[in-house]
Amino acid sequence: MSIENTEVLLKVEGISKSFGGKRILKDVSLSLNKGDLKVLIGPSGGGKSTLLQCINLLITPDKGKIFLNNRDVSFNKKKDVLALRQQIGMIFQDFNLFDHLTALDNVSIALRKVKKMSKKDAYIRAQMELERVGLGDKLHHYPAELSGGQKQRVSIARALAMDPLLLLLDEPTSALDPELISEVLTVIRELSNSGMTMLMATHQMGFVKSLAQEILFMENGRIIEHDTPENLLNKSKVRTRTQDFCSKLL
Amino acid sequence: MFLDVSFYLNQVIPALNKGLMVSLALIFPSATCGLIIGIIIGTMRAFGKGPIYGFATVYATIFRGTPLVVQLFILYFGLPNLGIYLSPYLAAVLGFTLCSGAYHSEYIRGALLSIKKGQILAAQALGFSTWSSLTNIILPQAMRRALPGCGNEIIYLIKYSSLAYIITCIELTGQGKIIASMTFRFSEVFLVVGFYYLVMVTIATWLLKKLEERFYVPGFGSR
Ligand SMILES: Nc1ncnc2c1ncn2[C@@H]1O[C@H](COP(=O)(O)OP(=O)(O)OP(=O)(O)O)[C@@H](O)[C@H]1O
Ligand SMILES: [Mg+2]
Repeated sequence: MSIENTEVLLKVEGISKSFGGKRILKDVSLSLNKGDLKVLIGPSGGGKSTLLQCINLLITPDKGKIFLNNRDVSFNKKKDVLALRQQIGMIFQDFNLFDHLTALDNVSIALRKVKKMSKKDAYIRAQMELERVGLGDKLHHYPAELSGGQKQRVSIARALAMDPLLLLLDEPTSALDPELISEVLTVIRELSNSGMTMLMATHQMGFVKSLAQEILFMENGRIIEHDTPENLLNKSKVRTRTQDFCSKLL
Repeated sequence: MFLDVSFYLNQVIPALNKGLMVSLALIFPSATCGLIIGIIIGTMRAFGKGPIYGFATVYATIFRGTPLVVQLFILYFGLPNLGIYLSPYLAAVLGFTLCSGAYHSEYIRGALLSIKKGQILAAQALGFSTWSSLTNIILPQAMRRALPGCGNEIIYLIKYSSLAYIITCIELTGQGKIIASMTFRFSEVFLVVGFYYLVMVTIATWLLKKLEERFYVPGFGSR
């Protein structure tokens, strides 16, 4: 176990994953300090989603280690896996709100059923989180009655209600109409400013440049470049792969 | 002779009411237990692997693939060969339960398989255990999707409960047959019998509609 830096919240060491003989992640390592916002960018199929899902063990890595708060996470002890997932919030590209539940129930159900909170306490907390993402007036709306941006904000509230140490966001704005993107990015920006640690796959370069501590550029299952946005996008003398990719984005 | 009121009041109605009670005593437990079995078997067929999947599939295949009358005959006349003696009533309830369970399982299985992968992923990401995501997320959604089909199956059950008289469990149809043979007034008696079933089915349909409304969620169910 490595305890060289007490500020390190998440450390991923040499994660590999194959699907049907095809290597999707090849020896990927990264680390996040408390309060960091790091972004994963790179071409489609590069392994960003797979990496994010390996970190909260929705996908079990074939190889490698994950340390959360310097604790070595075991991949196959069911209890440890469930406990880890409670500590890591996950935001999906297509929201994955529970279709049969109102916004309030979407946010409170894990509090009640996973954290075993009373219904009353769970509702109080859920309402607070929904108000925080600007949806205090949509508590009793079902997912089908919400816009994409509102759905994504409910899903952020749902993750935050669990008091996660860390948020993983997998292209949270990619499924949104352009005019809805900013309302979601505003919420994420506020979260980052309030000190939430986040690892986010995104291609919103304006957001990345203004907020990310580090870009991890991922291609063919490897992180092939990682540095500050400034160094990767502006300063470098040699043209970086990241620059190359980003120039084609818009 | 259709207007022979005293014939209806004194003979037909009392006999049929007695039969109706037996019919209801057949339908309620069969519908309830059939649905429970359907949920269990449907879940095993949708998510089970190996022997669990195999068992559930064999069960559904046998009970959907053979006539209900044959199943009833085996339960009532066949099981005694193995030393198992069931009363006509018990044999009928068991037969109806097993048969409707097999049909329910088909609707439940379809509903379970229609649930988007992301729903399960989101539940897992929040730390739900497999069991907890099944009971809190997957089944409530699946039940809404399965409700119209399962409701239909219960309506069928009301009607095929009339087969119980064949194994000498004298319910509504059986009573009708007895009184019709005694009086030779078949068409009158069975018109009334038919009317009884129509009323039962109408009430069941109305209850199911209420149930669907009660569990209605926008963007759900009607799909
Ligand atoms: N369960 C799976 N079984 C087989 N192959 C998979 C599975 N999940 C992902 N893959 C493959 O792994 C590769 C990486 O997929 P991944 O979704 O991680 O990429 P990504 O970087 O997130 O791409 P995108 O930008 O399109 O979201 C793809 O080639 C994909 O087909
Ligand atoms: Mg992806």
